[in-house]
Amino acid sequence: MIQQNLVKVGMADLNIATDGAVLKTTGLGSCVGLTLYDPIKKIAGMAHVMLPSSDIARETTFNFAKYADTAIPELLDRMIAAGAHVVRLKAKMAGGAQMFAMSGQTDSLRIGPRNVESCTAVLNRFKIPIVAQDTGGSFGRTIEFDSAKGMLAIRSVQFGTKEI
Amino acid sequence: MSLFSRFEAFELDVLKEVGNIGAGNAATALSRLLDKPVDMAVPKVSLLPFEEVADRVGGSEQIVIAVFLRVEGEAPGNMFFIIEEQSARRLLRQLLSMQVEETDGYTDMELSALCEIGNILAGSYLSSLADFTQLPMAPSPPAIAVDMAGAVLSYGLMQYGEMGDSALLIETTFLEDCQSLEGHFFLIPDPESFEKIFKALGVVVE
Repeated sequence: MIQQNLVKVGMADLNIATDGAVLKTTGLGSCVGLTLYDPIKKIAGMAHVMLPSSDIARETTFNFAKYADTAIPELLDRMIAAGAHVVRLKAKMAGGAQMFAMSGQTDSLRIGPRNVESCTAVLNRFKIPIVAQDTGGSFGRTIEFDSAKGMLAIRSVQFGTKEI
Repeated sequence: MSLFSRFEAFELDVLKEVGNIGAGNAATALSRLLDKPVDMAVPKVSLLPFEEVADRVGGSEQIVIAVFLRVEGEAPGNMFFIIEEQSARRLLRQLLSMQVEETDGYTDMELSALCEIGNILAGSYLSSLADFTQLPMAPSPPAIAVDMAGAVLSYGLMQYGEMGDSALLIETTFLEDCQSLEGHFFLIPDPESFEKIFKALGVVVE
């Protein structure tokens, strides 16, 4: 593979990429890796969302990238500032797994599915279509989004690599 | 994270001792199971950014076997027993005389055995901790996953997510026979649990 410019997105972090750079985030468990893409301008954005809603936030320095309801608007702003158009944006997402099958599930342990639900709801609010997703299950994922092709590569231990 | 920035060196030492006592008992249990001496590293107590937690076991994408238990009771938290694949296969061979294939994947029986080992060790960790602090603590039934370290560990960090971007964890490493078998224990008390642990041990927090 050609050495591409790699932009790493950490946990509870977000970033954008242009000029064929690749966005990457590793070890998604119950977190959701959400990508937005403007195919005309070839501007890509990725957020590693950890929690569904900022309602529960008690932190002193607020991290927008952590919560689905604040990460998506923040990512949108960054992408629009870089020249992307909201109407052209398409979303893809991966993650939201339930890593451990626990007996006596409480709601807080269903965090993966709740992250996916929350991301979907926020995207609907902005009328951004979700064109592909690989969510749920009980396995971890590492994802890479190619800003030149608009493809999302998903790697997992059990299932190898696939592109959506 | 104002709660943790105020932690004094003395308080961190108390938490280290918590790890020492718990893991010491777990190491004894493991040593009995294996009928071999097991060494234990000095526990580390650190306030780590989420990103760096998985680095402690070889990076976010390192494949590990993780046994997860939720600690229930007066000082709730999350507990992980993490071993890497080679050590897991060795454990199975030594302990259960299982004929473990070097191929990918584990049978249900192998996973169940590893889960039970994690359960026994975590149980002895917690019961000694409960004795020491006089706080009732009990582990939930264990759950096991073979997956990327980042994916499994992030699961135990959720309670910290709403407070900040780092978590306080008590980490102990086991070694048997010059690193041929290596295991890690992570105790990640819920943010609210620290005050209770300190209080139970007679450490005054203003």
